[in-house]
Amino acid sequence: MTPADFRAAIAQALDEELARDESVVVFGAGIAGGGLAERHGADRVFDTPVSELALAGAAFGAAVAGLRPVVAVDTLALAMDSLVNQAAPYWRRSGGQASVPLVVRAAVRAGAQWEGAPGLKIVAPSTPADAGALLKAAVRDDNPVVFLEHERVREIAGDAAEEPGVIGEAAVVRPGDDVTLAGAMWAVHECLAAAEELADDGIECEVIDMRTLRPLDARTVLWSIERTNRLVVVDDGPRSGGWAAEGAALVAQEGLGDLDDLRRIAVPDAAAIVAQVRAL
Amino acid sequence: MSEGKKEGRFLELYRRMRLIRRLGEAVGSPAGQEAVPAGVCDALGADDRVAAGADGHRQALALGSDPQALLAELRGRATGVCGGRAGAEVIDLEHRLVGCFAGVGGSIAAATGTALALQRSGGIAVAFFGDAAVDHGYFHECLNLAKVRELPVIYVCESSHYGESGAFEQLTAGEMTARPQAFGIPTITIDANDVWTVRKTAVEAVERVRAGMGPHFIEALRAEPRDPLAVVRAGLAERYGTAAEAVGRVDAEVDEQIAAALAAADAAPFPDPGAPVPEFA
Repeated sequence: MTPADFRAAIAQALDEELARDESVVVFGAGIAGGGLAERHGADRVFDTPVSELALAGAAFGAAVAGLRPVVAVDTLALAMDSLVNQAAPYWRRSGGQASVPLVVRAAVRAGAQWEGAPGLKIVAPSTPADAGALLKAAVRDDNPVVFLEHERVREIAGDAAEEPGVIGEAAVVRPGDDVTLAGAMWAVHECLAAAEELADDGIECEVIDMRTLRPLDARTVLWSIERTNRLVVVDDGPRSGGWAAEGAALVAQEGLGDLDDLRRIAVPDAAAIVAQVRAL
Repeated sequence: MSEGKKEGRFLELYRRMRLIRRLGEAVGSPAGQEAVPAGVCDALGADDRVAAGADGHRQALALGSDPQALLAELRGRATGVCGGRAGAEVIDLEHRLVGCFAGVGGSIAAATGTALALQRSGGIAVAFFGDAAVDHGYFHECLNLAKVRELPVIYVCESSHYGESGAFEQLTAGEMTARPQAFGIPTITIDANDVWTVRKTAVEAVERVRAGMGPHFIEALRAEPRDPLAVVRAGLAERYGTAAEAVGRVDAEVDEQIAAALAAADAAPFPDPGAPVPEFA
């Protein structure tokens, strides 16, 4: 693996996907730099105005007509009308006439708020390697995918990806037997910091990086709590209605027998996690 | 086209308009908006695609959708063109219909994106929408993108100068056509009740868009409540001397077709709720 930062991992994944598949097109405000347009053609890689309604709508129409668009938006909420009302239901609504293979990349400062939209996949990487691998998977996926780029995660250095990842698979990023911490994006790094601090007290945390918020991989969490019997779900997005709420509900529903205690934290603060775990 | 061929062509357009009228009556859709979908869609080729707004059964029929499968879809039946999953938001890609988008401006977005793909593969896209859409963000953002990329798309505003919640002048500042013009998009305003005018305008716009001249905008204005079907009947007699009996035969055939489609749709089952469609493709 080659060392890379998050942005370089994204650029490399786009470069490889553009080279691999002629139907991939990339557009958005300020994305054509870095030689992508020169290498793959100005008809396949082009800058647009900051115009989320048009970008998401154009991606939807182009995907139905056979392209695989990857668009970058500034304000995800403005792109959601087309994503939720046009792209996400299309395959089911049409009775399987056409799928909608598109990716909307969006910078976020916290978790998403769109995990409840059926038909929409939401990818939320926490490292450069996962960003590259999951972006490749998103481009190859036949469904609309929202690809979240957390502003703090964007600053992390790490290795670049070689192979496409698997959307919908969480990863155990630190093993432990006492308590399970499940997070996504920046919250994973908060969980790892908390686990480090708690290890000094002899509390071994298992940290799970959810990596995809829809479909949510509750199974990996359920396997973990079979051993730890305690779960803290950590999301730096809004507390109500997000993936953490859904994850906690799924685990309670499927794994109540294994569960001694369950906490949900919607504050991205290692100190808060430490306090919650000590209170278990 | 010879006069005989023209007569056949416009008799066929009359048939489609009559189908639109009769099917519309069955689903509670207002009469009088038949000429624009019929005339515009007749100017399109096999690689072109259409995005419609509400009441998109008009565009579906104009594009050649099977009335029985369409009616079944509108009634939510398993025999519908989308298996009863779409309802009024019909999708019929086999007949070049990308969808009927209930959200105001949705058809503009869908057609603009379709044009982005067709610019590479060949073909043009058409968006149909009403007065209300020209105040929506989709209109401004998509027309801008379409012009800077010179996309092969025709925007057709089916206008009555009456928006979703009131008279046009109370809702929309300035002239409608001044808006596309501000983006450098050519516009034309035509009589929405006259299928000859609609078809001729559409054929010319299609030629220009196919030639790479970028997006075009047609305002099809229904300034007065004339019956577009009566206009065709009068025009057929006047231009080609079409006998009333020939028109009457079309009427009878369409009525029979719609009656059969209604009976079949009402007899058809609803989709099986026990067999849900998987969430992802």
